[in-house]
Formats: sequence, structure tokens, C-alpha cells
Amino acid sequence: MSRGLIIGAFLTLIFASLACVSLLWIPYDIETFQIPNKLKRPNWDNWLGTDHFGRDILSMVMMGARTSIAVALLAVGIGMVIGVPLGLFSAARRGSFLDEFIMRGNDLIFAFPSLVIAILITAVFGASAVNAIVAIGIFNIPVFARLTRAAALPLWERDFVLSARVCGKSEMRISVEHIFPNIMNLMIVQGTIQFSLGILAEASLSYIGLGAQPPTASWGRMLADAQTLVSIAPHVALVPGFAILLMVLGLNLMGDGLRDLFDPRIKKDRA
Amino acid sequence: MIRYTVARLTSLIISLIVASLVIFSVIEVIPGDPASFMLGINAREDTLAALRSEMGLDKPLAIRYFDWVIGMLQGDFGNSWTYKTPVFELVADRIWVSLPLAIYALILSTLIAFPAGILAASRRGGVSDVTIMGATQMGVAIPNFWFAMIMVLIFAINLRWFSAGGFPGWSDPIQGLKSLTLPAISLALPQAAILARIMRSSLLDMLSEDFIRTARAKGLSRRQALWRHAVRNALIPVITIIGLQFSFLLAGGIIIEQIFFLPGLGRLIFQAISARDLIVVESVVMLLVFTVIIVNFAVDITYAIVDPRLRRKS
Repeated sequence: MSRGLIIGAFLTLIFASLACVSLLWIPYDIETFQIPNKLKRPNWDNWLGTDHFGRDILSMVMMGARTSIAVALLAVGIGMVIGVPLGLFSAARRGSFLDEFIMRGNDLIFAFPSLVIAILITAVFGASAVNAIVAIGIFNIPVFARLTRAAALPLWERDFVLSARVCGKSEMRISVEHIFPNIMNLMIVQGTIQFSLGILAEASLSYIGLGAQPPTASWGRMLADAQTLVSIAPHVALVPGFAILLMVLGLNLMGDGLRDLFDPRIKKDRA
Repeated sequence: MIRYTVARLTSLIISLIVASLVIFSVIEVIPGDPASFMLGINAREDTLAALRSEMGLDKPLAIRYFDWVIGMLQGDFGNSWTYKTPVFELVADRIWVSLPLAIYALILSTLIAFPAGILAASRRGGVSDVTIMGATQMGVAIPNFWFAMIMVLIFAINLRWFSAGGFPGWSDPIQGLKSLTLPAISLALPQAAILARIMRSSLLDMLSEDFIRTARAKGLSRRQALWRHAVRNALIPVITIIGLQFSFLLAGGIIIEQIFFLPGLGRLIFQAISARDLIVVESVVMLLVFTVIIVNFAVDITYAIVDPRLRRKS
């Protein structure tokens, strides 16, 4: 196992455990304001300091981790659950009208950056974490559909698929029983990468007010609140930023590490 | 080449039509009655009626769609309900902030990424390679709006080299450019990191090709072979990414404009969302998507000019 994979998995695990712990316990209640306690630098009572409402930043980061991970994970889920079957189907019926239709549809979704999808959804339905999930999820669909198709196409030429055909299995059954297991590693790697992009996208969306709404804590929201305070209390802006940076870095390192682990052939080139 | 161009052009037109249908349905069909959506539940009947006729809501959907598309083709994007001015004018004012910002960021990103990627590839495994690759890992992971805030803290608040936000206009181009510098850097950084990684891996692919070995065998030094043969060929995939990045920079600018209080398309669209001015949202989103589709088309065509193998395949 590479060093990158270990560091990445470690960072990811830290944030995942912070999010899990926050389900049961956080150091301080973040729903009530404690104005006399505001903008405290990191100290023994508040390890990461307090924000402009006197809320404990560590508790906010823990709750924010929960929001970020939930949004990004569900968005990856949407992308995979819709994208992978589309890609498998396209590859099974390669060259057909439906294949062309699905792939052109993917190109079209690619023309809508996730931010633009979010703007469209928010303009009509209002801002919420659910809409952020949908926006990022829609953006993930073509990513998985294209990758699945590209990875599945060469497999259809292989002998084990031919023998499955000789056994009389249908194209759909071959896709599920023989093609999918062979591309699963690739999906895990891409899932990790999309997960990290999802964390970044969620942070951007909630930063500009199109994502999770108060009182739901989110890292992007924390940064938006901190923006005007950056000169008097830099820690308020630094902490959530580092949280995003470390989480995304961890996931990216993990994605790269997993890719090398699953496919030792490319290890040398990417090292 | 002609067949390829025609095929791409057809798919370009279909994409534009479908994209416009999607945007039209989301904005004008899903809310039910867009006029009462825009004005809220306390709207007066006569205001509602005025907006309904302004938006042409008494007409059938298909007619409204065609009116909208034909209007846009003639440069008429409708009138903003909150600003009471043509959307075209609003966009025309603000595009002079958003477009230069995106182009500035694209130039910066290329200027950073090319040398970094080439250096990393030519010193593969060495100290500079490891340092550059480590830096790109960070660059990809940093949220650009956070990076922007830190740059404001350092360069605007502490060192006072730049202003923390705002845009003085283009009457003094130097000042205009200066106020776009921090936003452009924050926008460019993550893209530069991605581009440098692609430049490096594409160059490494090229360096292991036979034609490089031939060039070396003919007596070219490593450096000569790299610059004369490898870099040129490695640029092909890089062009595609640069094209894709332009759309990201234009859309990403929407967020960066918020941080630096720049009066660009991003500000326009957020003000429109909070004022529920759907007419503005619809047109600006269409404009953004239109740009993305056109840029992708241009990239495909450039790609085919540079790489003749692609033309034959399709």
C-alpha cells in the first residue's frame, strides 16, 4: 500500500468519525448563541475558538462534516445508481440508436456545470441541502455513464463474454454478471474522486447560499459568515477552510492510492 | 473534415435546442404560474396581470417558447422585472467584468501550468517533480473561494497591495486589471493544478513514444527532443482541457465575483434569484450554457484540425 493511500484513508477516517460522533455528541450546543463568548481564539475550553455568535467552532466543524459527507455521498449515489446502468446499457447496445441517444444526453448534461444546475433548481424551488444533492448528483450522472461505457466496451470483446454468450445469457445478464464486477474497482476509484468534488461543490453552494440553510451547519456557510470577520478573527475563516482542504486532499490521495492498488500496471506512470 | 464539421454542427444545434427546452421548462413550466411565483402571494391583481402580459403568459406554451428563442436570436432577452430594463443591457454591462475575468484566469492558469508540468515531466521522480506534484495535490483540494479570502487577508488587508473588492471600471485599464488580479489568481489556481498534472502525464506518455527514441538516436539531446517533439504532441489533450476549463472559469467566476464584490454576471444572477426575477435567471443561465456548448464545439473542431486521426474515426 502506498503512503498516499494510508495518509488519505487516515484523513478521511478522521472526518468520517467526527461526523459519526456528532450524531451522538458534540462538545457544545450550537443552536444557542452565547454572544459574551464571541470570537474567542482557540483555548482550552474551545479548542478551535468560537465564532461571532459565541458558538464553539469545533462543534460546528463536526456538524458541518456531517452535512458535507451526507450531501457528497448521496450525490455520488445518485450519479452511480443512474449513471452506471446507463453506461452498461449503452455498452451492451453499442452503436445502436439508444446508445447514441444516451451518450448525447450525457454531453448535454455536461454543458450544465453543477453550479448552473443548482442556480436553476434554487431559482424555482428555493435553496436547501436536498437541492444541492440533486444538483451535484445530476452532474455526476454523465461522469459515471461515460466511464462505465468506456470501461465496458473493451470487455465485450473478451473471451469470457463470448463464452457467456455461448451459454445463452442475455446482454443485460452479461452486463450485470460479467461486465459490472470487472469495472467495479474503477467505479470505487471514480466514486472517491467524485466524493471529493462533491465536498468542494457542497461547500461552494452553501457558501453562496444555494446549499444547506441555517441552522444546519455547513463548512461553506461557516466561511460565508467568517468572510467579514477575516481581519479581526482569522481563525473563524481558517478552520472551516482547512477542514475542507484536508477532507478533499484525503479523498484525492485515497482515490489515487486505490487506483494504483487496483491496477499495478499504471503505478509507475502516476507515481 | 467537412463531414466531421457538419456532424458536429448538427449535434451543436440539437444540443442548443434541447438545452433551451430544458431551461424553459424549469423556469416557466415547473413553477406553474411564473408571474405569481415571482411576485409572491401578496401581489396585487393588477400587478400580476401586468407581469402576466409582460411575460406573455396568456399565450400557449409552445408560442411562448418560440417567442423566447426568436427573441434571443434577435438579441432581445426580455425585460427584467426588477430592474425594468432589457436583460440584454444588464448582461452587456456585466459581461465586461465576467469575460475578462475568465480570460485573465485562463491565461494565468496556462502560464503557471505549462512550465510546472513540463518541468515536472522532464525531472521525473526528482525533487522538483515531487514538489510540483505535491503542490498540485494541494491546489486541487483548496476551495477557491477560501483561497480568495486568504489572499484578501494577506494582499489586501495586511500588505495593502490590492483592494479587497469592487471594480473601478475600464476607464483606467490598469486599475481595472489590478482589481481583477486577486480574483483571477484565486480562480486560476485549482485549474492550473489540474492542467499541470495533465500536461505532465501527457508529456510523460509522449516521452516513452518511439518517435522520441528515434529523435534521440538521430543525435538530439534529451532537452531538444523534449522541446521539439514531445511538448508539441503533448499539447493535444491539453487543448481539450483548456477549452473545458474556460466554461468552468466562467461559471466559477460567479462565486469569486461574490467574494470580491465584482459587478459581473454572478452578482446579477444572485440578485435575480433573491428578487425572484426569473426572466433574468432564465436568460443568464441560457447564455452560460450557450457559451459552454459553443466553446466545446470550438474545442472539438480545433482538436480535429490538430489531430487528423480523429477526423477519420468519425
